Amino acid sequence: MRFTRTSKMLSVAAVAVLALSACGGGDGSSESGAEGDTNRVIIADGSEPQNPLIPTNTNEVGGGAVLDLLFAGLISYDADGKPQNEMAESIETEDAKTYTIKLKEGKTFSNGAPVNAASFVDAWNFGAAAKNAQLSSYFFESIEGYDEASAEGSEVDTMSGLKVIDDTTFEVTLKQPESDWPLRLGYSAFYPMIPEALADPKTYGENPVGNGPYKFDGEGAWEHNQEISLVPNESYEGPQKAQNAGITFKIYQNDTTAYQDLISNNLDVLKTIPTSDVKNFKNDLGEDRSIESPYAGNQTIAIPYYLENWSGEAGKLRRQALSMAIDREEITSVIFSNGRTPAEDFTAPVLDGYDADLPGSENLEFNPEKAKELWAEAEEISPYDESKPLTIAYNADKGDHKTWVEAVVNGLKNNLGIEVTGKPYATFKEVRTEATDGVLTGSIRSGWQADYPSLYNFLGPIYATGASSNDARYENPEFDALLSEGLAATTVEEGNEKMNEAQEMLLEDLPAIPLWYQVAQGGWSTNVTNVEFGWNGVPLYYAITGK
Amino acid sequence: MPENDKALTPASRGKVSPYPIEHFVADVEETPVQPVDSSTADGAPRSIWSEAWRSLRKQPLFIISALLLLAVIVVALFPGLFTSQQPNDNCLLANSDGGPIAGHPLGFTQQGCDVLARVVYGTRSSLMVGLLATLGVVVVGGVIGALAGFFGGWVDAILARVSDIFFALPMILGAIVVVQLPFFRENRNVWTIVLILVTFGWPQVARITRGAVLEIRNADFVTAAQSLGVSRISALIKHVVPNAMAPVIVIATISLGTFIVAESTLSFLGIGLPPDVMSWGNDIFSAKPSLRTNPMALFWPALALSLTVLSFIMLGDALRDALDPKSRKR
Amino acid sequence: MAGYVLRRFLQLIPVFLGATLLLYFLVFSLPGDATAAICGEKGCTPAVEASLRAQYNLDQPFWMQYLLYLKGVLTFDLGTNFAGREIATIIAEVFPTTAKLAVMALVFEAVFGIVFGLFAGLRKGKIFDSTVLVVSLVVISVPIFVLGFLMQFVFGVKLAWTNPTVSGDASFTELLLPAIVLGLVSFAYVLRLTRTSVIENANADYVRTATAKGLSRPRVVTVHILRNSMIPVATFLGADLGALMGGAIVTEGIFNVNGVGNTLYRAVLNGEAPVVVSIVTVLILIFCLANLLVDLLYAWLDPRIRYA
Repeated sequence: MRFTRTSKMLSVAAVAVLALSACGGGDGSSESGAEGDTNRVIIADGSEPQNPLIPTNTNEVGGGAVLDLLFAGLISYDADGKPQNEMAESIETEDAKTYTIKLKEGKTFSNGAPVNAASFVDAWNFGAAAKNAQLSSYFFESIEGYDEASAEGSEVDTMSGLKVIDDTTFEVTLKQPESDWPLRLGYSAFYPMIPEALADPKTYGENPVGNGPYKFDGEGAWEHNQEISLVPNESYEGPQKAQNAGITFKIYQNDTTAYQDLISNNLDVLKTIPTSDVKNFKNDLGEDRSIESPYAGNQTIAIPYYLENWSGEAGKLRRQALSMAIDREEITSVIFSNGRTPAEDFTAPVLDGYDADLPGSENLEFNPEKAKELWAEAEEISPYDESKPLTIAYNADKGDHKTWVEAVVNGLKNNLGIEVTGKPYATFKEVRTEATDGVLTGSIRSGWQADYPSLYNFLGPIYATGASSNDARYENPEFDALLSEGLAATTVEEGNEKMNEAQEMLLEDLPAIPLWYQVAQGGWSTNVTNVEFGWNGVPLYYAITGK
Repeated sequence: MPENDKALTPASRGKVSPYPIEHFVADVEETPVQPVDSSTADGAPRSIWSEAWRSLRKQPLFIISALLLLAVIVVALFPGLFTSQQPNDNCLLANSDGGPIAGHPLGFTQQGCDVLARVVYGTRSSLMVGLLATLGVVVVGGVIGALAGFFGGWVDAILARVSDIFFALPMILGAIVVVQLPFFRENRNVWTIVLILVTFGWPQVARITRGAVLEIRNADFVTAAQSLGVSRISALIKHVVPNAMAPVIVIATISLGTFIVAESTLSFLGIGLPPDVMSWGNDIFSAKPSLRTNPMALFWPALALSLTVLSFIMLGDALRDALDPKSRKR
Repeated sequence: MAGYVLRRFLQLIPVFLGATLLLYFLVFSLPGDATAAICGEKGCTPAVEASLRAQYNLDQPFWMQYLLYLKGVLTFDLGTNFAGREIATIIAEVFPTTAKLAVMALVFEAVFGIVFGLFAGLRKGKIFDSTVLVVSLVVISVPIFVLGFLMQFVFGVKLAWTNPTVSGDASFTELLLPAIVLGLVSFAYVLRLTRTSVIENANADYVRTATAKGLSRPRVVTVHILRNSMIPVATFLGADLGALMGGAIVTEGIFNVNGVGNTLYRAVLNGEAPVVVSIVTVLILIFCLANLLVDLLYAWLDPRIRYA
């Protein structure tokens, strides 16, 4: 079920935006009663959370996967990324600017404390306030009063846009109308917290108390760098009810190691097959124990506009030439064994509003002849400075980028006849700092994993003028205007149309060159069944059962 | 040695060998004083090094290893003679992990590059990394270790403690810092790698040299030389160092191989040679992901590396034998 | 002798100061902004970055950061890492496992290296000598990330003789395979060093004397040849202990050992100076003690070496 908005003509009164009934589960994957042993504790791969487990301070997958099981937000996303109500009874608005949120009655945290309006409002205020330095603070940026609370050195600890109406109702006022705002509410930054958490977040983060389908298996369930043990939270009722006796996240330093444990049956579920084993895993595990499931993420190469070779009219032609000289089909099939799908836009196919046939998407198709023509055309406008050959920067410490970067490099050399090299950096922070400071000397591998299922999430934070992840330093007022219009649109459909119009500009300008969409390649042991992956590439842990 | 006097009573120490004792009285050939007896008094004294060279020339071990090494050097200098393929061009994904075909006798890498061409063209950087880094650690570590061991006292205290500090520094930390120094930042090359390896490799050689020198400096012939008026420095250089060389040669020959491999580990950490510089280390590292599907892409560069190391180990053995007068005589 | 040992302990003070200063400076000079590591792929707002800098003293000049750290050390407070965990706790967590692993690796390389090296040296040029030469060539020429992976795949996955990874308990049987992998390269060094020393000493006068005296072959070999061949080997092993403890990044990664090497590696990648400096300082202490032991061992192995 989508976020639909009934036209104002129909009713002057507030209309339930998220009037979801119990049937909202979608494809039935999450329905209880699937066959399987519900008494098994599932061992899944995880990585060490980088921070204490506080919803507003976690912005990486290791901690995120655990938090998503410990907490339930106002809404959650089903396997397809469709929102479903969790704590929210309804989220209503008339103007996409002021939202009235009603909570379900009688919901509690696993320690018995009630989940009420204050649990949300206080947690969000805590997350936004500068003095708390929460990593996810920018998620609250749309709310009125965010700027005051989040300014450097600010002592303001509440946002004026948040108002508790009664125990189970609160009101949120945004800075400007944003029709897709409720879609974000399933993201971990928006989870509720108990008052003790806000008073002493560090202690709380070691033994968090949430309201989700699972809870910590007693004090010290988090053995740092080894495992995190979760058991079902009996007080949770909702669409993600646990179908097993617990999840134990075994912490791995790399996927290759986890894979060895998977094929020896020491690990039940592996969410990412390492690149070195994409050719083997279907043989090792068999079709019935492996999965390839597209998710909301993509890979791109961002080329900064401050590089002279790549700016102006000639730069635009060269970007197009570059894009057309990359054989995405071949790379995804040879290097990833089809574990990625060639990109046709800047977002991802699992999203609502995705369109593979946007005007300009032919710029992402392999066409070496056209590429050479465009390059020659660019040469006529302004010659390419050969002393500054193109480099593709990537970090060697995390992720597995070397192989595909080399494949892209070789392809560009062969198809375009220009000099290109991969440029490894030892640390992520080094390349990140250069990107943030705008001093890169070449292009940089980039990409996006969705925080919440929305087209805007793939465009606004990356290509809007001055946006935090705008590594290319793309500046296009028309594009910005379309994004704003899209956000302010009264329906999500209308909004998506605007977003796709904005994408057409990106496809023409190519501030970044989209390469492929991510596909989760996962596998499981002979001991478990009912393994399915969600819209974000994370297994639906609650649904896994023993055999 | 304390046990020598007691050992004469078989009941208290050791057992009498049941075998006939062959050399109860050493024959004339075996008597160590013999060369001195027969030396011509007016002949020019030969240094230990020229003595070693004379013996080295006649050793089959030396001749074989030298030929092998020569072959490696020729490949390094003239790679074009050994393959018609260009190593870095025409890497086609269509050939990915392909087996041997006409014109490509060793098959292809995962990126579809010709394995033979990569191995041949990788020889130069790998050999340079191995040789230069080994030379560096032997010179730096050897000098520091010899001084520390020979002089002892405060010289030893300072030098040994400095080497302790360097030994404990994590190479990865130092390497990341070195790589980003302004000079290396935009032109990372063989010398960068050598600098890193030498900076973090010398303490090992220093410790080994120090240990060996400590042992030798008390030997009778050193005391004898010094009592004959030889200065301490020249006693160190002429008498102690040549006799302390054996373990250093061993460490050096093995390190040569591990340095070439270490370059691959540095690549793994993102601080090795740039990806467009051919080297065995880079090849081995790139071949690792497809190890289960295409092990030959890893086998060939590893084999080239093994043969190079083998030739150096044999050379080291021959040199050690040559430097040791005891093992030289027949 | 006691005076010598005491002096060596006093020397630890300048070593400590020099090493921490050098280390802190190296981490300080690491490229990139440490807040970029904390904020991750998606970054965070400038206000959050500023608070983080203040929280971890990253906004202070180098000298101030170093002195603040030293002050902490002297008051037994090593501080926290970027995740807010006590560094002392982290050290207590990772050192026991790593120590176990390193000692096992050391025993493996010492026992096998010396025994094989001894026989290779005694039978110089024979088939056994050539065989171990080939084995050591393989060990030297194939990087540990390949050898370790292969051994894990064969013994852990295919034959299932042992678990492919090490659990939190890090039991002896689990650590056996990683310890062998970790000790492999050093094994080659020990083997070649022993072999060379044995060859050198087998012709020495005192060996002939001992044989002439009528001592049995085993006694000549162990007491006379081996003991006098041990100085370079002992030196190597003593120095290797530190390397095995701090440098096991690759092996620990392959077998998922929660140990010093990887903790250190991650801290370097994140630019967490207090973590790096604290861990390496502990390593230096271990390392200096091991070297002192080796130096004392010299005097036992070769009575001509004396310390005053």
